[in-house]
Amino acid sequence: MTFMGWRRENGRVGVRNHVVILPLDDLSNAACEAVANNIKGTLAIPHAYGRLQFGEDLELHFRTLIGTGSNPNVAAVVVIGIEDGWTNRVVEGIKKTGKPVTGFGIELHGDIDTIARASRVAKDYVQWASELQREECDISELWVSTKCGESDTTTGLASCPTVGNMYDKLIPKGIYGCFGETSEITGAEHLAKARAISPEIGEKWMKTWQAYEDEVIQAHKTNDLSESQPTKGNIAGGLTTIEEKALGNLEKIGRTCKYIDVLTPAEAPARGPGLYYMDTSSAAAECVTLMAAAGYVVHTFPTGQGNIIGNPIVPVIKITGNPRTVRTMGEHVDVDVTGILRRDLTIPEAGDKLIEMILRTANGRLTAAEALGHREFVLTKLYRSA
Amino acid sequence: MGIPHLLVHDKKDTVGVVTIEGLKAGTDMFCVVTEDNSSFNLTAKMDIPIGHKVALTDIKKGDTVWKYGQDIGRAVADIAKGEHVHVHNLKTKRW
Repeated sequence: MTFMGWRRENGRVGVRNHVVILPLDDLSNAACEAVANNIKGTLAIPHAYGRLQFGEDLELHFRTLIGTGSNPNVAAVVVIGIEDGWTNRVVEGIKKTGKPVTGFGIELHGDIDTIARASRVAKDYVQWASELQREECDISELWVSTKCGESDTTTGLASCPTVGNMYDKLIPKGIYGCFGETSEITGAEHLAKARAISPEIGEKWMKTWQAYEDEVIQAHKTNDLSESQPTKGNIAGGLTTIEEKALGNLEKIGRTCKYIDVLTPAEAPARGPGLYYMDTSSAAAECVTLMAAAGYVVHTFPTGQGNIIGNPIVPVIKITGNPRTVRTMGEHVDVDVTGILRRDLTIPEAGDKLIEMILRTANGRLTAAEALGHREFVLTKLYRSA
Repeated sequence: MGIPHLLVHDKKDTVGVVTIEGLKAGTDMFCVVTEDNSSFNLTAKMDIPIGHKVALTDIKKGDTVWKYGQDIGRAVADIAKGEHVHVHNLKTKRW
């Protein structure tokens, strides 16, 4: 099983060939968007943060931006920040991959001069990237993450087990997988813990889950989290309790594969091929942004009621088993597994259908989210800035 | 086997999921357990939307409700076999 990808300087393989104009901070969004407007084929990734952050929250900010620029779906990067110091920290982080990257600080120059200089570099990068060729790569070079959204009872019956079946088939072939959504395992934590490769990793997982439960949920909740977890959309779709939602969520890791490590948000996996757990929010864009920053190049996204999320650098493949969602918002769906509810499609057949779509997507097919222009990039913020 | 009206994950479950749109009260539902493809029939006591749950048995207030063969919460009202199970009569045991 092979796909056509771009092999980057560090050996990793990407399935997209973006030249990214990356702001260090909120203040630099305007300059980045101006550069991307000047130079066709480049992509600005505006975001809301990067000022007065500190401690672990600041580390996560850098890890996410550096990881985004380092993702093999990105050929080259222009970084723009308000000042040189933190801008260079992001540049130096991305530079470790060996890909072309240049930073610009706005202070002492202003937007107009910065945009002009950054545009010249961006033009060189995009013309260079446009001549890079895809090569045939083994499936084991593919990093595939997953997270579900606007779940309902059909996700637990159809689209999540489809992803699980895909992992059961592709993890043994040597791919890297990733699932997360810490709050959304509540009610299935005994089952999640049991899917660790060893008791030590299971304990590490349980500590991560318990820390979130104690430090975030119990510390901040004002009610029973009704309408937040499960969401209003989940409830409209028939999901009633967090336990029910969690059990459906966990269907995404299939029946046989075990996770080999527990990652902090946006942390790159370092224990070789296999399935990883990442400590993430269950909010779709936050979670996919973190997994992309960890180096995953294709995302599989089961949805019930119809979450429409995309990502600027990673193709997000939507899978649904809900026939009403296919009927009312089918333009957002890449893989229709409603046959599972009718009992004319088995879960192994649906898994094969998803694998075929993953390969087609890796080979260049635009996902529904890409074609519709969904580029949600949302940084995870751990606490208020200074 | 025809197209099911209701799917059940596990033999142990006390609820199933409506898998067709526009299910009307009084429908004699064809129900399939996905675990082993066994089937049974059950009459829907009310109109129930696609994706929503139906009680497979009489459930007493305070009883644990089972789905995926697992505990998904506690009934906060008596629920008769064939009735809609949702936020009005089932609550989480967490938060």
